[in-house]
Amino acid sequence: MSTIDINVKHLTRVEGHGNIVVNAKEGKVEKVEWQVPEAPRFFEAMIRGRKYDDIQTIVSRICGICSISHSLVATKAVEDALDIKVSEQTDMLRLLMHYSEQLQSHVLHVGYLVAPDLFGAPSVVPLVGVAPDAVKTIIGVHRVANQMSELLAGRVTHPITLIPGGLSQVPTEKQLRELQDLLKAQVAPLVAIVEVVLSVAANLPAFERDTEYVSLKKDGEYTFYHGDIASTDGTTKPVSEWESVANEYVIEQSTAKWAKWNRDAYAVGALARFNNNAELISPLGKKVADMFGLKKGCCSPFMNNVAQLAEAAHVVEHSIELIDKLLTKGVKPEKVSVTPKAGKGHAAVEAPRGILFHSYEFDKDGICLGGNLCIPTNQNHANIQKDFEKFVPQFMDQGEDVLRQGLEMLVRSYDPCISCSTHYLDVKFV
Amino acid sequence: MAKPRVAIFDFACCEGCQLQIVNLEEEILDLIGGVDVVEWREAMSEQSTEYDIAIIEGSITRPEDEEKIKVIRERAKILIAIGACATTGGLNKLKNNFDLNEVRQCVYGEDGKMPHLSTAMTKAVDEVVKVDFKVHGCPMDNKEFAYIVRCLLMGKTPVIPDYPVCVECKQKENICRWEYGEVCLGPITRAGCGAKCPSASYRCFGCRGYVDEPNVDAAKDVMSKYGLTVEDLRTRMVLFGSKQGPTI
Repeated sequence: MSTIDINVKHLTRVEGHGNIVVNAKEGKVEKVEWQVPEAPRFFEAMIRGRKYDDIQTIVSRICGICSISHSLVATKAVEDALDIKVSEQTDMLRLLMHYSEQLQSHVLHVGYLVAPDLFGAPSVVPLVGVAPDAVKTIIGVHRVANQMSELLAGRVTHPITLIPGGLSQVPTEKQLRELQDLLKAQVAPLVAIVEVVLSVAANLPAFERDTEYVSLKKDGEYTFYHGDIASTDGTTKPVSEWESVANEYVIEQSTAKWAKWNRDAYAVGALARFNNNAELISPLGKKVADMFGLKKGCCSPFMNNVAQLAEAAHVVEHSIELIDKLLTKGVKPEKVSVTPKAGKGHAAVEAPRGILFHSYEFDKDGICLGGNLCIPTNQNHANIQKDFEKFVPQFMDQGEDVLRQGLEMLVRSYDPCISCSTHYLDVKFV
Repeated sequence: MAKPRVAIFDFACCEGCQLQIVNLEEEILDLIGGVDVVEWREAMSEQSTEYDIAIIEGSITRPEDEEKIKVIRERAKILIAIGACATTGGLNKLKNNFDLNEVRQCVYGEDGKMPHLSTAMTKAVDEVVKVDFKVHGCPMDNKEFAYIVRCLLMGKTPVIPDYPVCVECKQKENICRWEYGEVCLGPITRAGCGAKCPSASYRCFGCRGYVDEPNVDAAKDVMSKYGLTVEDLRTRMVLFGSKQGPTI
């Protein structure tokens, strides 16, 4: 039996810094670890003393890729703490903004970061030569998602318009109609991208592990934004009790905080949302899932990439519907006025890579006393480790290169956002 | 002439500025055509120790990162800092307002005393090594980034705006945020962003750092006109201006 010594320092094509360490001698696994050496940033300490209407600006900077999710969940948590209600128009426009990030992030992840693995390329750059049309199609949809963010958030990354109580600026009806036309024109390119990925989907490793999946859940809606916390194990909790869902803990082996609910690990992300809400996905989303044979109850982490494609189709379709609803009601600027008060608030949204929790406490003047944040990738770290422990023995016979490549693809399939997950952790490995 | 070899590195940051490079969409293919990208961990698997231009995102927050950036500086002929975390220390410097032991305690409780949870004061890249060019902003503006890279490829020196955001805001014909009673940092913040925030009906919070010689007295005049205090402005300057540059 072979001896294996894998030490991937700073895994590429993921957001943030992660290491993979596997040692095996004569077929016996000695060490399997997923490590996180990202630099710490201490956001929970930095928000103290800041005013309630600066919080979303600060915490947006936890992550460049999911800045809308962080800003949105922070704004919702501040509104919960200060007892602020927002209008239906605000709610719909925010969801539309949120969708723009889902689309941008999913296309970026599958198209730029995962596709190279499926084509056996080190990055998307050589793919430009191999499959120029496919790359240009991916770029085209990515650009439209960014235009959508820019229109609704005022900027592509780090949204400007999200403020407690509403939005600083709303798009005009003409702009929304133009956006709707652009989105309608993305359906065909999106299907083309799906077909390209389908043509190489056989290169996704055949691997399953019975897993608990956690996401938001709401009656009648494939939700990214409202609802309760649900597990595929059948339990649900209100968002205000998120700390007893995540149960964050520190273990000796890896000093990064991990999470567990009903079992020793759980997974969040597109596949978790699909496994909790599959019957509610849009017709095109269902069609994409069917093309890959993705069904509710799927326990292959690699199918998270497929769930992301199905969701990309869903958000395009639902955005088109949402714009119809907005235009029917008419869109007008709304004045926002907020009176600070003391309180504690909680909120959750589905970031592209999974459920995201924020809580804050304010004094009577609206000055932040403290907060607690729990990031999707934090909730996935333990599950990645558990996957590693099953994956290594299963693929060890295929040699070190195949095993390393498989482990790298496994981590990438979670679409990890390591900067996010270590927004407060300083982790060193000797 | 051989294409310049470019490497992109990230330190403590959100990686949003690297995302702005990706967000150049088709234009990135032209830029990549003019250079040889030899390392970019977030997007590519290739790695290298030989490069002409190093592009740095993020703040320096740990002793080991100080050593790493010094090695990068030695290897690179040109070093470009991108985004507020790298150019001014950005939001990461909010941490410097607190006692660092207390920061650890706040986040970790009792575990905060563990030695591996140590952290150092946040530094901008030019507080550790020489920086040749800065692309300001949070996030950086990718058009400005592309402009600077193009200038370097053509052997020209890029011109970075040294006038306040108000200039660009007036060009956009926005109503002044001060008229709404908001504390807007436009008068003292370096332009180049196209006044994005005021154009989205939100105050400027100074992410591009101060202009080289901010007209502080004029800002004070404006504040008194709108019945606001120096303390109001000071708290607003903290987000992207902690412990750096002129203070009032």
